[in-house]
Amino acid sequence: MDLSLSTRTVGDRTVVEVGGEIDVYTAPKLREQLVELVNDGSYHLVVDMEHVDFLDSTGLGVLVGGLKRVRAHEGSLRLVCNQERILKIFRITGLTKVFPIHTTVDEAVNATD
Amino acid sequence: MATVELRFSALPEHVRTARLVAAAVARRAGVDEAALDEVRLAVGEACSRAVGLHRSNGVDMPVRVVLTEEEKKFSIEVGDEVPETPSGPGARTADEAAGHPVASGESGTEEAEDEGTMGLAVISGLVDDVEVTSGPGGGTIRMSWPTTPTVELP
Repeated sequence: MDLSLSTRTVGDRTVVEVGGEIDVYTAPKLREQLVELVNDGSYHLVVDMEHVDFLDSTGLGVLVGGLKRVRAHEGSLRLVCNQERILKIFRITGLTKVFPIHTTVDEAVNATD
Repeated sequence: MATVELRFSALPEHVRTARLVAAAVARRAGVDEAALDEVRLAVGEACSRAVGLHRSNGVDMPVRVVLTEEEKKFSIEVGDEVPETPSGPGARTADEAAGHPVASGESGTEEAEDEGTMGLAVISGLVDDVEVTSGPGGGTIRMSWPTTPTVELP
C-alpha cells in the first residue's frame, strides 16, 4: 500500500487528503507536498488523515516540520482524524497538545481558534 | 531458536515488509488481535531507526529482525550493526545530528533528529516490556508481548 495525496482549496484553507501508509519510505512524499504548498503560498493547511492506514514517527516528524513551516508565515496546520489507532500515536508522543485535531474536514476548515 | 528470522538491506522500502512479517508471525503466535497494531508500529519504529543508523553511518550490512515464539510471550529483537559510541547507548541518534549542524527549518536535519527521538518515544509508549541495549557489535531493541495459548487441533 502506497501513499496517496490530493489537495483541494476550501476558502482560505488548503485540504491535503492523505491515504495509505505514512512511514519511513513514503513520508518524504508527504514532506515534499507540504513544502511545495508552503512555497506556493498556502499557509493554512488541513491534513485529512481519515484514509491513513498506518502512521509512524517519521510521519509525525513530517507533520511537525510542516507545522514549523506554516508557523513561520503565521499560518496553521490542522489535522482531521477519528481513528483511535492513529490518535493513540499523537497521544503517546504528546503531540495532541501541538496539533489542533478535528473530527471532520468541515470543522477544521471553519475553525478559527 | 528463533521462529522466524529476517534480514533486510537497510532501505526504507523494506521496513513495511518487516512490519507485515512481524504482525503475521505475532498473530500466529497468539498475540492478542488488539495488540497487533502495536506490534506493527513498534517493529516499524525499531526497523526505521536501525535503517537510519545504518545509512547515516555508512554501514552496508543488513538489519536483523528475530521473531521468537516463547512459552507465554512473543518476543521481537531488532538489531543494528552500528557500534556504540563513547556517548553511550541511545545517544547515537543525537550524535548523527551533532555531525551535521542543525540549520533551522530548511535542511530537514532537525526533522530527522526529531524522528529518531520520537521513534524511541513511540516504542516506549507502546510496549510495556522493552529493552534498548547497545554494544561494540551494534544495538538491539528487544520487545515482547504476552500470548494467549491457542488450542492445537489434532
